[in-house]
Amino acid sequence: MSAISSYARALAAGDGRAYPIASRRHLHLSDHPLVFIPLTMAGEANAPLAAMIGTDRDSPSLLVVPQPRNRDLRFAFAAELAGHVLRYVEDRPRHGVETYGKEARTRYLDAPQMLVPNGAGVGFVKLFGRSTRFRRTTGQYAVTPEVPLLGRWLTWFAERAEHPGCSTLVAMTSELSQHWASGQSALEDANLAAQLAWIDPPAGSDAAQAAREAEDPMIWPPSGPSTDPTFDNAVLAPAIRRYDEGQHERALAVLERELRTQLEPTWRLMWQAYDLLRALPAGDTVESRWATDRTEFTGHHIYVGGGGLPQARRDGAVAAARRLQRLEREQQEYDATRALDDPMVMANFRVTGEAFTGTVVSVEPDRRVVSAKGRRVLRPLVVVRTSDPVRLVAQTTVRSPARPSQDATIIDISGELVTLQIENGMGRGATAATGSLPIAGDDLTYTSIFPDGIRSPELPSVDDTPWTHGGPPQPYTPSDDDAREVWE
Amino acid sequence: MQPETPARLRKLRGAAPAQRHNARTVAALTGNPGCARRAVLDAAGIDKDALARKIGHPAKFGQSQFAITRGNAFEAQVKANGYAELLRLLRETLGLEIEEVGSKDLNEVAGNDSQELRHIRARQALEAAVNGHEPLTFLDHPLLRLDVGGNDVYLEPDLVAFHHDGVMHVVEIKSFAIIDDQADGGKVAAAARQSAVYVLALRKLLGDDRVSHDVVLVCPKDFSNQPTAVKIDVRKQLITLDHQLSRLARIDTLVGQLPEDLSLELDTHTPQELVDALSRMEARYEPTCLNSCEMAYFCRSEASGCTSALGATVREELGGIEYVARALDLAHGKTVPSVEEVEATAMLQATARIYRSVAA
Amino acid sequence: MTFDPAAEAEKATLRILGDFRSGAHRGVVVNSPPGAGKSTLVVRAASELVQDGERLMIVAQTNEQVDDLTASLARRLPGALIGRLSAGGYVPSPRIGGLPNVACDDKVANLAGCAITIATAAKWAYVKDRSWEWAIIDEAYQMRSDALLAIAALFERALFVGDPGQLDPFSVVENDRWRGLTWDPMQSAVAGLLRNNPGLPEHQLPVSWRLPHSAAPLIAPAFYPFTGFRTGTGPGDRELTFSTRAFGRSPVDAVLETAAASGWGFLELPARHTMRTDGEAIAAVAGVARRFIERGAVARSGSSSSPVTQERVAVGAAHRDQVAALQAALTGLPGITVDTANRLQGREYDVTVILHPLSGRRDATAFHLEAGRLCVLTSRHRQACVVVGRAGIRELLDAHPSAEPVHLHDPVKFPDGWAASQTVISHLEAHRVPASA
Repeated sequence: MSAISSYARALAAGDGRAYPIASRRHLHLSDHPLVFIPLTMAGEANAPLAAMIGTDRDSPSLLVVPQPRNRDLRFAFAAELAGHVLRYVEDRPRHGVETYGKEARTRYLDAPQMLVPNGAGVGFVKLFGRSTRFRRTTGQYAVTPEVPLLGRWLTWFAERAEHPGCSTLVAMTSELSQHWASGQSALEDANLAAQLAWIDPPAGSDAAQAAREAEDPMIWPPSGPSTDPTFDNAVLAPAIRRYDEGQHERALAVLERELRTQLEPTWRLMWQAYDLLRALPAGDTVESRWATDRTEFTGHHIYVGGGGLPQARRDGAVAAARRLQRLEREQQEYDATRALDDPMVMANFRVTGEAFTGTVVSVEPDRRVVSAKGRRVLRPLVVVRTSDPVRLVAQTTVRSPARPSQDATIIDISGELVTLQIENGMGRGATAATGSLPIAGDDLTYTSIFPDGIRSPELPSVDDTPWTHGGPPQPYTPSDDDAREVWE
Repeated sequence: MQPETPARLRKLRGAAPAQRHNARTVAALTGNPGCARRAVLDAAGIDKDALARKIGHPAKFGQSQFAITRGNAFEAQVKANGYAELLRLLRETLGLEIEEVGSKDLNEVAGNDSQELRHIRARQALEAAVNGHEPLTFLDHPLLRLDVGGNDVYLEPDLVAFHHDGVMHVVEIKSFAIIDDQADGGKVAAAARQSAVYVLALRKLLGDDRVSHDVVLVCPKDFSNQPTAVKIDVRKQLITLDHQLSRLARIDTLVGQLPEDLSLELDTHTPQELVDALSRMEARYEPTCLNSCEMAYFCRSEASGCTSALGATVREELGGIEYVARALDLAHGKTVPSVEEVEATAMLQATARIYRSVAA
Repeated sequence: MTFDPAAEAEKATLRILGDFRSGAHRGVVVNSPPGAGKSTLVVRAASELVQDGERLMIVAQTNEQVDDLTASLARRLPGALIGRLSAGGYVPSPRIGGLPNVACDDKVANLAGCAITIATAAKWAYVKDRSWEWAIIDEAYQMRSDALLAIAALFERALFVGDPGQLDPFSVVENDRWRGLTWDPMQSAVAGLLRNNPGLPEHQLPVSWRLPHSAAPLIAPAFYPFTGFRTGTGPGDRELTFSTRAFGRSPVDAVLETAAASGWGFLELPARHTMRTDGEAIAAVAGVARRFIERGAVARSGSSSSPVTQERVAVGAAHRDQVAALQAALTGLPGITVDTANRLQGREYDVTVILHPLSGRRDATAFHLEAGRLCVLTSRHRQACVVVGRAGIRELLDAHPSAEPVHLHDPVKFPDGWAASQTVISHLEAHRVPASA
C-alpha cells in the first residue's frame, strides 16, 4: 500500500475499472509456465481433493482423489502429480546452459515457473511438499520414488517463493495487485475472479458489478484450495459416499465431471491473468532476477540429482539468520530496482519525498572545488526545478534512474529548486565528457533509493552454532520415523 | 445496565427466541468492539444470520460437513476411553505429573434440567475438585455463567477442564493441524480468545488463583489424526476481554439513542423495514468483517462509496476523507476543502499530480 | 524500613558483578528501567575487570552509544588504553577525538594492546579469529538475535545490559517461518539468549535516577508491570519553576503549570480525525516547547538548579514526517532536540514534549500500539513530560479490534501495547488541560 496505490484504488472505485500502478511487468513470465490449481478437502490438513495442471491452456490435466481421507489414494494423487511436475522440471535443463560470472560458473538457460491462483495456493504447495518429501520408497508405507522427489521440488518452489522478486512460484492475485489497483479492498483482491473483474471485466459489463458476481460461488467457483461449502454438502459429499459404498466407477465419473466444472473457470482466469501481465513490457532488472532463479534452480537440480537430503523441517539457528539476512537484502534490492525500472513505482517515492522529478533549469559544468586531499576537482552543479514534495535533506547522495552510474549530492533545496553537485561519471578529462552531464531542459528523476550498499557479515558454520543460540544442533539424518509419519 | 434496557432489547428482537451466547460470540465482543450495530444486535440476541439472509445479504461462511465431521471425530477420539488420550498428552507432551483419579461429564442427562440447575451442578463439581473434596481430574461440559453487559448468560458448555494441584486448566480441542510445531496464527488466536472466555467464567466461579491462564490446546499433529498438545498463555486475551466486558454498560447509551418503537422482528417486518431499522444503528465496517460477521455483506453494500470499504490503510492514505467521490473531487480541485480538509487536500493533490505525470 | 535508593542500587550492582565475575554463568542479564544507571554499570563492570588485569570487549548498537561509552571509559580509566574499533569511513566524534588514551582504528589487529576494545555490533560481526574472555553487551534489547549469533564466538562470557521496555528490533521482512523457534532471528538478542539458556541469572536495576518521583506511578505499571522500579528522588527533590509569569490563562501556560506541579501535562486538543502531520497538533507541541524556553524554566534537583536551556528540551513523535513538520515549526530554537522515538532511545532531558502516537487517528496499527514506542517517549525526562493529543484516544483504544495472530511456542510479550496505552491515557486524564478553554 502506498499513497499512489490508494489513490489509484479510489480512482478505480470511482470509475468502475482498475487503474494501473505499474507500467512495466516486474516478474518474469515463462513461455511455458506450469499452471497448477489445487483443491483440498475441508477440515483436513492439506488433504488433496483435486487439481488442474498443465502448460497448455487448451488441454489441462485433471487429477481427482475420490476419497481424500484415504491414505493410499492420497499417495496415488501424489504420484500422479509427481508425473506432471517432475516431467516439467526435468524438461528445463534441456534448453541448454550458459556460463556466467568471473568464475565462469554454469547455469541452465531455463527454470521452472509454477503459477497458482493465490497465496493459499502457495501454502498448499508448501504443505504438500512437507507431507511428501520425507516419504520412504522401501519398507512399511513405501511410496513410489517420484513422491519424495516431488516433495523436495514442491518445497523448493515454496521456499523460493518467500524471496522478494522470485518468479519460480507465483501467486496470481499477488502479482496482479502489484500491477493494478482495483476498486475494492486488498482482502477482497485475494479472490482471483473478483480481482480480474476489476482489471479486465467482461465486455459491456460494469466492473464493480462483475466483481460482486464473481464472489458468488455458484457463478464463479472459488479458486481454491478451499472449496465452496455448499458444493461440499450438495455435490461432493454424496459422490464420496457413493465411492465409499463401492460404486467406484460411477462415483469417479460424477466427481470428475463436477470437479472439472469447479476448476475450469479458474483455469481460464489463470490464463487471462497471464495474458494481461504478459502484455506489459518487462522491467529492465526482471531478467537479472530471473537469472538468480535459474542459478538457484541449477543448484538444486544438481543437489537433488546427487542424492542430497530433503530440506529440514525447520531452520536451525544459523540457517535462520542467514536466510533472514538474504531476504532483507533481496527485499531492499527488489523495492529499489522496481522503482528504478518503472516511473509508476518511483511515483510512490516521489509522494513520500524520497525522490523527485523535475526539469533541469541550469548547469554549471566547469565548477571546481577543493577536495579533502587538497586537489581542485571537477564538481559541476545542476539545478532542478520540481513541484514534488521533496523531503530529502542536504548532503544526501542521490542518483537518477536515467543515469544510474552517476552520484550526485544534494547541496541545497529552496522552494522548488534543488541544487545538485555531480560527483563522478564524467570521464577522465579536465572537463566533463560529452553527454556525461544533464543539460538544461532535461526532465530527470533523482532518488536516494538505490539497490547497492547492502552487505551482510559472515555467520558461523552450523557446527559452530554458539551457546547463545542453543549450540550446534544434532546433525539431521533422515530416519524411518520421518516416513512412518501417519497421514490418514 | 439501566433497568429499562433489557425490555428495550427484547422489544427490538420481538417474539423470536434470543440467540444463546457461547464462547465464540463472547470472544467476538473483542473482534470489532467499536461497532455499535453489532453490539446492539448481540445484546438483543438477534439471529444475525437469519437477519442477513432476510435482507438479501447472506453471510458466506457456511460450514462444510467435512469440516464438521472431522471436528467431531477428532474431539471424540481425544476424549475416548475416559479421556485416555488427553491424559497421555498432558503427561507426555506437557510433562505434567497428573493422576487420573476420576472424571465427570456434566452434560445434560435427562434433557429437561434447567440451566440454573446444570450450572449449580457444574459449580459444585468444580469446587469439589479444586478443594480436593472429590477426586476429579476431568470435568466435561460444565455449564458456566458470565456477566455480559449486566446480563448473566450461560455459555454453551463445549469445554473440558482438568484439575491439577488445586488449579483448573481449560482444554480447547480444535481440529486444525499443528505442523512442525506451527499452526495458523489466526486460528490459534481465535482458540485463545475462546479459551479466555472460559478461564474468565471459571475464575468468577472459583477465584482467580484457582484457574490457570495457561490453557491447553489440543490439535491434530502434522498430517495425521494423532493429537498433540501445546500450552497457550492467554493473559493478554484476558485483559482485553475483561476490558470489553466491563465496557458493555455502554449498551444503555446505544439503546437509549434508538427510537422507542424500533423493532427487528424478522417475521413481522419486510426486508426494507428491517434495513431502515438497521440504518439507525451505526456500523463500523471494515473489510475484515467479511471473515467474521454475519452482517458484513449488508454493511459492505451500505459502505459502498466510503473510503473505509477499501480498507483502513487506504482511507488513511486518502487523508482520512470519508467518501471516495469527495476524496477524488478534492484531489482534482473540483471542490473547495473545508478547514479540516486542507492538509489532506494538499497531499491528495500532490499525489494526483504525480500519478498523472506517470500514467500513460 | 525506609527505602534507601542508593543502598538498594549498590546491593543490586554488587549482586550483578558477583554473578558476572563468579564465572559460574556464561551470560548474566541485567534489565534496567529508564535512566537506572545502565551506562554507569557498564563502565563500572569494565573498570573492575581492567583493574584486575583482564581484557574485554564491549558491544553497543549505534556509533553514538559507542562514542558515549568510550568517552566515559577513557575518563574513568586514565591509565588504560581504550580501542575504538570503527567502520572505514568513520570520523572520530569531538567527544573522543582529543582523548589521549583512546585509539581509533578500523582494523582490530591495530588495537591488540588495548585493555578494552569497543565497537558496534555491526562492526564486531566482521571481526574474525580473535576472542575475549569477557564481553559486555550494552543496549542488548535493541540488538537482534541474528546480530548476536554473528558475534557470539568472540567471547567466553558476557554481561547483557538493556532496557526491556524500549522498542523491539525491526526487520523489513515479514515472515513467520521462524516463529516459535528459540533461535528466531527476528527477536531481541536477550529474548533469544534466555530462551536457549533458561537458567541464566536475570537481574533488575531497581532505581531510576533520571525519572522524577512523579513518573513512576505511570511508567512502572504501564511498561514494567512485573518488576516495577523506584525513583532515586523522592517527592520534592525535583522542582520545575519559571522565572517569568504567565500572561493571562492560556492553555499552554496552564499545561506548563500542571506539568511543573505534577510532572505530567496532557494538552488535549478537540477531537478530530486528522492527517499524521496534524497542523494544529504540530503547532501545539511546538508552542509548548517554545513556552518552556520563553518562561525561563529552571530545573532544580536536590540543591542544584540550572536553567532549562534548549539543549535540555526534547520534542518527540512517532513518525518521521511528524518530526520533519515539528522541526520546521521549531526552526527558531535550533538547540531543541526533535526526533522519533527510535532515535530518542537512551537520551535524557529535563523536559520533554511529545505528540501522542494515537492523536487524531481513526484506528491504531501495531506500530502505533507498540509499548516500547510510548515508553521511550514518556520516559526521557528528569522533570516533566507534556503530552499533546487530540481528544478521543481512549475511545479509539476501546474500539480497537483485538486480532493479532498467536504463534505457538512464542513467549507472550508484556506489556501489551494496547493495555499500556490504556494505562497511560487513564493516568494522563488527571493532568488534562483542554486546549480550547
